[in-house]
Amino acid sequence: MSEHAVAHHVRLPDGSLQKQTTTINLGPTHPATHGVFQNVLEIEGETIVSAEQTVGYIHRAFEKLAERRPLYQVTPITDRLNYCSSPLNNMGWHMTCEKLLHIQTPKRVDYLRIIIMELARISDHLICNSIVGVDTGAFTGFLYVMQYRELIYEIYEEVCGSRLTTNIGRIGGFERNFNDIAFQKLEKFLKEYPGVLKEFENLFNRNRIFMDRTQGTGGISAERALNYGFTGPNLRATGVDYDVRVAQPYCSYQDFEFDIPIGTTGDNYDRFMVRNGEMWQSLRILEQAYRKVQEFKGAEADVYHAEVPEYYLPKKEDVYTKMEALIYHFKIIMGEIDIPPGEVYHAVEGGNGELGFYLISDGGRTPYRLHFRRPCFIYYQAYPEIIKGSMLSDAIVTMSSLNLIAGELDA
Amino acid sequence: MSLDNSLVKEKLSSKFGESLTNWEEQYGMLTFEAPRELNLKVLQFLYDDENLKFRFLTDLCAVHYPDRAGEELAVVYHLHSLENNVRLRFKVFASANQPDVYTATNLYSSANWMERETYDFFGVNFIGHPNLKRILNVDEMDYFPLRKEYPLEDQSRIDKDDEMFGRGGSHN
Repeated sequence: MSEHAVAHHVRLPDGSLQKQTTTINLGPTHPATHGVFQNVLEIEGETIVSAEQTVGYIHRAFEKLAERRPLYQVTPITDRLNYCSSPLNNMGWHMTCEKLLHIQTPKRVDYLRIIIMELARISDHLICNSIVGVDTGAFTGFLYVMQYRELIYEIYEEVCGSRLTTNIGRIGGFERNFNDIAFQKLEKFLKEYPGVLKEFENLFNRNRIFMDRTQGTGGISAERALNYGFTGPNLRATGVDYDVRVAQPYCSYQDFEFDIPIGTTGDNYDRFMVRNGEMWQSLRILEQAYRKVQEFKGAEADVYHAEVPEYYLPKKEDVYTKMEALIYHFKIIMGEIDIPPGEVYHAVEGGNGELGFYLISDGGRTPYRLHFRRPCFIYYQAYPEIIKGSMLSDAIVTMSSLNLIAGELDA
Repeated sequence: MSLDNSLVKEKLSSKFGESLTNWEEQYGMLTFEAPRELNLKVLQFLYDDENLKFRFLTDLCAVHYPDRAGEELAVVYHLHSLENNVRLRFKVFASANQPDVYTATNLYSSANWMERETYDFFGVNFIGHPNLKRILNVDEMDYFPLRKEYPLEDQSRIDKDDEMFGRGGSHN
């Protein structure tokens, strides 16, 4: 059979022979997209003419689920938003509840939380930046820093018992006090990580290949970024110094001294540099927080939660020996605590931007409505505009450097 | 002079008069309700005013109140004036039968997906939206899952023994 005859039997969509561009599916499961992302790209040669994203592949109806759960059962849901920095989501959720319930947390709790949150921020940025390295062809950095993410996970493990989806802390504070091993590991991290980060920067920052791949690609102007609702490192890379920790301090961030690194062009290189800068700032905050925590002596050093018996699960030994604790334990577990009515929006600086919780309570036992402001869902809209006219290989790097996390995107 | 909630309220009241209602200040955030046909005018005024400069759309979502006849669906806007560091929230109400609300996409590119998400889950019809189709759910879905009439679990299921879980069966 001649070639001509075969062509007649293949049914092509109308107009496809006349078309000058090629349609390709990037994803949903493509090894270079690091997550479930589908993009239908229209390319001419290797240049992207247009792109359309499909999202929702791992949608798990979190907002609906939350409407049937007492407050403490929503925490594991938040783990699964941005799972590279689950503790940040957990803490954001606890603080939202505390705001609704007018709970004042002790200073020591705030500082311990900041330790956990900044560790989470470092582990988030670490993944993102090292993956940008991988996508530009440098695998070494990724393997090298992964050891320190492991150390961070070990600290989580000492505090809450789990590593990735942490469910760390409770409304009011932590489930238990930090033990000595946790502090020892933190000390080890503070001692060793600066050297590692320095070396990581040496591998990339002035690397000719890396700079050529990232500078001038994936850029967005500050004006467009704001219009697209960018927050976090991606916004700061364009030169806007908006950081929730500074703009509306929560969890005693006002007691700490740190800078907000910003970029100028908002391209992949700037985003990378901003994240690196933020890791240094997180280290500064960690050191200050650790010092502050050490200043608590005697009975003060045993404070790790606020006194909110209606929301904070009592110790197990108390449940077995004390009537009061048993009652509260039962009421909390069975979800029989009525939440006061109210409407609250609380935002924290998450790993990739302003993570907001809009919680409406009608006085029932579960949230009437809970909406997550998921930063990466909002800024991913800009992706076609950013990659239009660039090379296919740059689009991959851009996707990584935007720090898209499928779990957060799809809720 | 730094901007605070009372000044924002004063400015809005002098512009829109009595049409903005239910002023509240829960947990420090100024909240009000606007008629749904005014939503774009309010957004535009907040955007353009030289002192207010609410130019960042933080969040857009909907809430379903099945008991409020004729205005079952609330569309909630969270705005942020980054320069003045002030947030505000306002709501417009629409009926579940004809949930038409003007789109904010001409003012904010970020509203595009947020409105699609709101349409996807609540069925709010954003008039003028360039691409109003489902975003997180499958295209074939024929209902709006976050509305309150869809309980989380089908209570009529008979294929499992609910007695074990203290509901259904001989207990009720």
